[in-house]
Amino acid sequence: MTYLAKPKLLRTDAPKNSLGYTRRDYEGAISTLCAGCGHDSISAAIVQACFDLDIEPHRVAKLSGIGCSSKTPDYFLGASHGFNTTHGRMPSVLTGAALANRDLTYMGISGDGDSASIGIGQFAHAMRRGVNMTYIVENIGVYGLTKGQFSATADKGSKSKRGVVNNDTPIDLVALALQLGASYVARSFSGDKEQLIPLIKGALRHRGPAFIDVISPCVTFNNHAGSTKSYDYVREHNDAVNRLDFILPRDQINATYAPGELRRIVQHDGSILHLRKLDSDYDPSDRVGAMNHLQERHALGEIVTGLLYVDSSAEDLHRHLNTVEKPLNQLGDAYLCPGSKALDALNASLR
Amino acid sequence: MKPIHSTNDFVIKFANVNGSGSASANEMFARAIMRMGVPVAPRNIFPSNIQGMPTWYEMRVSAAGWLGRRGGCDLMVAMNPQTWDRDIAEIEPGGYLFYDSTKAQPRSRFREDITVLGIPLTEICNREYTDARQRQLFKNIMYVGALTALLGMDFSVVEKLIADQYRGKDKLIDANVNALKLGYEHAMQNLSCPIGLRVERADGVGKQIFINGNNACGLGAVYGGATVAGWYPITPSTSVIEAFGSYCRKYRTDPDNGMARYAIVQAEDELASIGMVIGAAWNGARAFTATSGPGISLMQEFFGLAYFAEVPVVVFNVQRGGPSTGMPTRTQQSDLIACAYASHGDTKHVLLFPEDPYECFTLGAQAFDLADRLQTPVFVLLDLDIGMNDRLCQPFDWDDQRRYDRGKVMTAEQLEAGKNFGRYLDVDGDGIPWRTIPGTHPTKGAFFSRGTTRNAYAKYSEAGTDYVYNMERLRRKFETAKKMVPAPVLKPASQATRFGAIHYGSTSPAMAEASALLEAQGIHVDTLRVRGFPFADEVIDFINDHDVVFVVEQNESGQLRMLLLTEGEIDPKKLVRVLHYDGTPITARFIAGRIGDALSEHKVTPIRKQVAS
Repeated sequence: MTYLAKPKLLRTDAPKNSLGYTRRDYEGAISTLCAGCGHDSISAAIVQACFDLDIEPHRVAKLSGIGCSSKTPDYFLGASHGFNTTHGRMPSVLTGAALANRDLTYMGISGDGDSASIGIGQFAHAMRRGVNMTYIVENIGVYGLTKGQFSATADKGSKSKRGVVNNDTPIDLVALALQLGASYVARSFSGDKEQLIPLIKGALRHRGPAFIDVISPCVTFNNHAGSTKSYDYVREHNDAVNRLDFILPRDQINATYAPGELRRIVQHDGSILHLRKLDSDYDPSDRVGAMNHLQERHALGEIVTGLLYVDSSAEDLHRHLNTVEKPLNQLGDAYLCPGSKALDALNASLR
Repeated sequence: MKPIHSTNDFVIKFANVNGSGSASANEMFARAIMRMGVPVAPRNIFPSNIQGMPTWYEMRVSAAGWLGRRGGCDLMVAMNPQTWDRDIAEIEPGGYLFYDSTKAQPRSRFREDITVLGIPLTEICNREYTDARQRQLFKNIMYVGALTALLGMDFSVVEKLIADQYRGKDKLIDANVNALKLGYEHAMQNLSCPIGLRVERADGVGKQIFINGNNACGLGAVYGGATVAGWYPITPSTSVIEAFGSYCRKYRTDPDNGMARYAIVQAEDELASIGMVIGAAWNGARAFTATSGPGISLMQEFFGLAYFAEVPVVVFNVQRGGPSTGMPTRTQQSDLIACAYASHGDTKHVLLFPEDPYECFTLGAQAFDLADRLQTPVFVLLDLDIGMNDRLCQPFDWDDQRRYDRGKVMTAEQLEAGKNFGRYLDVDGDGIPWRTIPGTHPTKGAFFSRGTTRNAYAKYSEAGTDYVYNMERLRRKFETAKKMVPAPVLKPASQATRFGAIHYGSTSPAMAEASALLEAQGIHVDTLRVRGFPFADEVIDFINDHDVVFVVEQNESGQLRMLLLTEGEIDPKKLVRVLHYDGTPITARFIAGRIGDALSEHKVTPIRKQVAS
């Protein structure tokens, strides 16, 4: 049960990051998800990414909606405040939280039911507004907590565990995010942490809405033959366009790349995204090209993964609203209340 | 029929076509009367429409300062041919009709028992102006000029108002003053001015200000320290946020760099609006939304989350009829139940009932302190009548010594010192737990917010005992709220009585006037204006101290009465409904009539208590 705290790590030789934290300091309560659930791998990837980036856990706010995926914020970053909100409404609560304090890192965890069905409106509008956040959808193609109904991301023609065939057109959240203005868009697979961890790091250090769709097969309800979100299917059809190496400004770059193989993108905070090309034609700064590529490959039954689009010069919601640098939740009375003199002048104008 | 003669006490009604620019001319006229020191209460009766539909502007002039709607009409300014017949029918016998006489009307279209005052406004406008829009707008100013003459008003007051309104735009001032003069002079030359209705300078306004409740709410949110607003446009609450924005630009722009000390986001719907507010408040900013009936319905699930996660949010609900369009531009007090018990599960919410713009400001600002102190949603329930009509009220005031009460927020220092932190733990016995703001301390005070499924330390728990502990604490918290919401206002009758009347919100001026009408008939009723929910003990005591208590409301189901019955465990027979719900603001005549009738029907004539001999 989640109220069982994990035992404190006793090993003294555990590696520490530059803040002096061990990986354990980024973990949360013990997961209650099914054994083998891909979501736990995503939680582990988040832990690793935050550890590697030297993020102070308490400077992260993690928010979620309702569903299996939305339970996971309890299982990582135990020293962060978290908010398990209502079904499909995490984006608005996260938006409000981000408005209140621009200095924290915001992580939104959602699922395909939470974001593609009940919450598709909030998903869309949070992307449009340019909320500075890392938004991860743990995409399983079915409803887990209510036992296996199709979700809106289930592919047409895919088969449920009970043999029912899905006839509805799937919603591709990556395609929507691209169209709606997300400035960092990626897809990955919970079974590929080598790909996933750098993508999460890049997202956490991106300014603006960063969206990662992580295909995470449901071991209980969607891991059978006929499913297009099973471990086997995703492994066979994983069509990665690039591999990302995330490099902090302070890090030395040791890797060597063949000429023409690498694309180097510097984010606003100086962090560097090294993209090794796997598909020689793919250009992650071309939004329309990305959308086309996705559609073409999807028609062939392929699942396009990697960093699909990034605009490192994007502006976020705070910039649009021209809010002061100091977080709004820290402005004192003197900065907020105009006082009695202003009121006297106002009264005089109302006669 | 003898024409009505009355000075500083009458009702003028303007029948206009909406979108014709009449609203600003009418408002200017109301302001002119006010500047002459005579209390005036205007009310806009408008359609769900932008252009072409009928709209009325009803203006009560009352030297005695009665600001409730009176009913009836002594002078009709009939500028809308579509509604001509019903407008003529509404004039009191002996009243006056002012109309545009450009097009001759058959005698049958008038009434014998009224005084008809015609001015060929269109003809004059067509002669004076070539531009179509100018012809329309200056026609409005022209009738204001004519009325100034007809009511014997001071021309210079209106002239100065125009100068104030268009300060810095001299061309506009000259053009408007010219139109005003045209109307004024035409009336002086062709009609017998003044008529029986007159405005004379008086001293009935004093320091009072003239503002609508929505603007006052927006200002209250600024003074209350709100920094985040999430909202979705809906009549009649939209202007709360517009006012908040405009006051923020004025008062909350950083003088050094022009940056905003506030954030306003127009959401995609009301669900997102309240979601943003909850997120911001959870993260330690003061946040609010403004909405009306349908928005309240849409926000229900989130209200429950805010209640159980104990997030301090403020909601301004400008009540109206509903659903759909039409009645939504009419006033009602019909969301009490929807707000008091909003959401699924066992929830109860704090409600505040401002009576006028002054209280929209003060209770609006106070709502943020209450929400932070109680860590719960607080609803400010006003209605269209207060929200969208300019109303005379006492000037706003603010104590500069006052500091925001942010409630029980545990600081990094307190956590560091080892203070016991349980997010849902009742350490002080008042049911209010301590909270931490995200980002406070590296290792202490973090918690995971959920709905109900957790223990006092915010750890996941499905145990019944943990749930019961939490619910009992929330009940204690609601008891604490009783003592914190604004106290009711008692107005005793001139002599001891067993009859009482309870009212709230915009009913206030009509109730005060009704009391005076009843007193004049020898009927004495103590009145109590409820200002908050949960009900303070004084409210229940008031009911217990009277044999019959009328509950005066502007809804069909008697919603405050229901709350009183349930929460106060009152005998239903004791609370008599006085309900007005046709969408127009309640009147003193209505209240006094119903109470008078009820007392005679029930033959509840005052009986002196028998004294044992």
